[in-house]
Amino acid sequence: MHEMSIALSIVDAVDAQARVEGAGRISRVELVIGRLAGIEPESLRFCFPAAATGTLAEGAELDIEEIAAVAVCGACGFRFSVTFPVAECPECRSLRISVVSGEEFVIRSITIEEGD
Amino acid sequence: MCDTCGCGSDADAVIRRPGQGSGHHHDHDGHDHHHGHDHDRGHDHDHHHERRERKIGMEQDVLQQNNLLAERNRGYFEAKNIVALNFLSSPGSGKTSLLEKTIPQCKGKFSVAVIEGDQQTTNDADRIHALGVPVVQVNTGTGCHLDALMINRALKELAPEANSLLCIENVGNLVCPALFDLGEAMKVVVISVTEGDDKPLKYPYMFHEADVCILNKIDLLPYVEFDAAVCRENAMRVSHDIEWFDLSVRTGEGLDAWLAWLERKMAKR
Ligand SMILES: Nc1nc2c(ncn2[C@@H]2O[C@H](COP(=O)(O)OP(=O)(O)OP(=O)(O)O)[C@@H](O)[C@H]2O)c(=O)[nH]1
Ligand SMILES: [Mg+2]
Ligand SMILES: [Zn+2]
Ligand SMILES: [Zn+2]
Ligand SMILES: [Zn+2]
Repeated sequence: MHEMSIALSIVDAVDAQARVEGAGRISRVELVIGRLAGIEPESLRFCFPAAATGTLAEGAELDIEEIAAVAVCGACGFRFSVTFPVAECPECRSLRISVVSGEEFVIRSITIEEGD
Repeated sequence: MCDTCGCGSDADAVIRRPGQGSGHHHDHDGHDHHHGHDHDRGHDHDHHHERRERKIGMEQDVLQQNNLLAERNRGYFEAKNIVALNFLSSPGSGKTSLLEKTIPQCKGKFSVAVIEGDQQTTNDADRIHALGVPVVQVNTGTGCHLDALMINRALKELAPEANSLLCIENVGNLVCPALFDLGEAMKVVVISVTEGDDKPLKYPYMFHEADVCILNKIDLLPYVEFDAAVCRENAMRVSHDIEWFDLSVRTGEGLDAWLAWLERKMAKR
């Protein structure tokens, strides 16, 4: 649904950073997307080239690292993987769980080619 | 433009007064996305062979820009002692109808102002305008959600009174509005009995983010297969301490509890 506007904000951010660095173009953008971030990596990959058109990120390779979602039970301390923002502890059935990874959505790095 | 969803950026959003034709009040301050995304940047494609590559660490949250602006909006609300509620639902669950019933009940207690979000038309803003309260419409064009920048711009146009309630009606959509903080105090999700009692499980992000859930159109319960208890249970699984109201905007059943809750929120600031 929203991946185009997301792609545009990524392009804005990396383009601005690349300009500060005096880049001629961006060859690679590294993203980290948690499984619970609410972002479809596939849709983002699809939208990105269009969003990057006419910017320093045009033609850049998009490298997405997906992070598994892990929760910890607040009652018994059990760590387990989840696929949903909420879950029940498989050990003690408590609902007091907190997600400790999987919600990240971060631009990790860009690789630039030096400008002339 | 994105073929899967067609959403664009907020640079295309237009802020309008009720009844106002499109094309007015284009306001791009503080944002460098101009019409049609022509970035006006010279860009040559001569590819030399010995380009030096350099990797630059960023570790920047993608939604950072929106989150920073949302915090600015939040600061504005705090300074003016305004309670901002973000109303979210699928298209047609009854957000505008709920506001039409709620706002007249606030008269004499506290002032209300409204920001309406829709892709096109000022229809919803016109309905609110008829109640005699300040309202602006944000037309998101191809965008499928409101974001903090649109609210920031709308606030300049609306200039809501101090100590008032600000109702923000988001674009009818249960997916991406969940990701975009507008600076609101609370998210109110509206669901109607014609939608299926598994909605909270199908759209867990939205319900997880919501502070209040209003189950609307309970007058239609005899005619549809919808188990209100199951729906509530599903919502509780996704959001343990969500406030819950069953009501019918049409008949007025259950509205009192919602209005009483709202009054308590306004009194408690
Ligand atoms: N039967 C019944 N119909 C209702 C109720 N509340 C709203 N409606 C009807 O539902 C339809 C949609 O209501 P709106 O208030 O426009 O819904 P909305 O959520 O603002 O819609 P969008 O802004 O388009 O997303 C209208 O025809 C309303 O009359 C209710 O409690 N019972
Ligand atoms: Mg509406
Ligand atoms: Zn999209
Ligand atoms: Zn446990
Ligand atoms: Zn959207």
